[in-house]
Amino acid sequence: MRSNTSPDHRIELSAVTKRFGTPGGTAFTALRDVTMIVEPGRFCAVVGPSGCGKSTTLTLVAGLDRPSEGSVRVGGRPVDGIARGTSFMFQTDALLPWKTVLGNVAMGPLFHGVPKKTALTDAREWLRLVGLAGFENHHPHQLSGGMRKRVSLAAALINEPSVLLMDEPFGALDVQTKAIMSNELLTLWDQTQPSVIFVTHDLEEAIALADQVVVMTAAPGTVKAVFDIDLPRPRGAVQEIRFGKRFGELHQRIWESLRDEVERAYARTAASVPVAAPEEVLS
Amino acid sequence: MTRRKLWVLVAQVAVFIIVFGGWQLFTSLKIVDPFFFGQPSGVVSKLADWAKHGTGFGSIWLQVWTTMEEAILGFLIGVAGGVVLGVLLGQVRFLSDVLSPYIKAVNALPRIVLGSIFLIFLGLGAPSKIVLAAFLVFFVVFFNAFQGVREVDANLVNNVRILGASRLQVVRNVVIPSALTWIIASLHVAFGFAVIGAIVGEFLGAQHGLGVIIADAQNNFDADGIFAGMVIIGVIALVAEWLISLLERRLLAWRPQAVTEAAGL
Repeated sequence: MRSNTSPDHRIELSAVTKRFGTPGGTAFTALRDVTMIVEPGRFCAVVGPSGCGKSTTLTLVAGLDRPSEGSVRVGGRPVDGIARGTSFMFQTDALLPWKTVLGNVAMGPLFHGVPKKTALTDAREWLRLVGLAGFENHHPHQLSGGMRKRVSLAAALINEPSVLLMDEPFGALDVQTKAIMSNELLTLWDQTQPSVIFVTHDLEEAIALADQVVVMTAAPGTVKAVFDIDLPRPRGAVQEIRFGKRFGELHQRIWESLRDEVERAYARTAASVPVAAPEEVLS
Repeated sequence: MTRRKLWVLVAQVAVFIIVFGGWQLFTSLKIVDPFFFGQPSGVVSKLADWAKHGTGFGSIWLQVWTTMEEAILGFLIGVAGGVVLGVLLGQVRFLSDVLSPYIKAVNALPRIVLGSIFLIFLGLGAPSKIVLAAFLVFFVVFFNAFQGVREVDANLVNNVRILGASRLQVVRNVVIPSALTWIIASLHVAFGFAVIGAIVGEFLGAQHGLGVIIADAQNNFDADGIFAGMVIIGVIALVAEWLISLLERRLLAWRPQAVTEAAGL
């Protein structure tokens, strides 16, 4: 287990702007002047209206794409491509359907040249940790949505990432499964302590999981406010802590900040329709 | 066997009896002239005659084997070429941009005509037929492999790249398995093209093969002989189709069982 204060784990975005060319030949600004720091071993949740560039932020940190302006640094070094210490959990299933569960989890170490036998032993161990012992030889389509998420989590964590990026990983799950997965994520994160950026549209989920919540503005996305979540750890079941007094206060404060952005995004998509149901825009 | 399956079988037999029985009946009654249209009984006795006494070009097995050898070799070469080039061009944008007009132009040609060129290049032996068969197979497989590679889910590619895959590992672990569904679908059609290539090649000029005995039957106004040749080709095609389906089931075993298949049981 690594120390959670290793400077390798620090994520730093400074004045990052990202523009995309549209088919019409104009430029679309997804992110404008985003500055954000995630200290080593911290769990950072990013919330914001849909289309505010949350996912774009993750692809920049992952090295899948480069910023148009500004710099992205992980562990002090500029990100100039996919780096070994970074894992990514996608919104949609990214498991290979033609590989078994075991094969999917063992991929990371095998790509890095770990001997096959060791990789498979490690993969079995990780499957046990996410509660999937006995499912090694199943194919992903034979598993439920929640189980597939566990496989993805094991596949991401087996590489012992110093940075874990998650793009609405539990967005497609039902409420109960989501709560269970959140608890397990916290347990595993506690054991391995990577720095996390967790993108979500669910404010409750963000507060329950994170040390800090970043609110982003409607497009072009930029950081509107950063809130420290001072709920003590370990937090216990995420289903229960949301009824606490402090949780309610934090939720109130962050929602006030988020609401304007959500309403603005909603007004843009619904043009002349009066703002009636801002929550919908979040999904 | 369920009732439904039984009825399907009954109907299949009925179709066979109506088509071939009708053919036999109409030609026996001389409503249709058996000289021009052949006759099922004549086709059967022709096949028996070939099996017993051989054809004018040697034993029937030699003819069958010659054609199969050409078709199978052509098939293998064409598939290999199609997959390799399809994956390569699907992966390397520059290559596909450079080569695509040429490939489209060649594909637009009536490729059968190339058989004549290959005959001049390579002579009357098997190589000219193998090359023609391979050529026909190549295009079918190539376009499917190319499309299959282009359709690969970018999410899967990004995921394995972040997990640490090199470019080659991405191709091996994601691109090829993903394109395999497309490639295998093309193999069914491709084997048909391999047989066409071999037969047409033999038509154009050869010493042995099913194409030669069919061409010979044509020259002798022997309708039964042509049909007998067709029957043999049909059997070969069915066996090949069965083998390819076996391969398909093996290579794509990871796919979820189709719902309709399960419901049909």
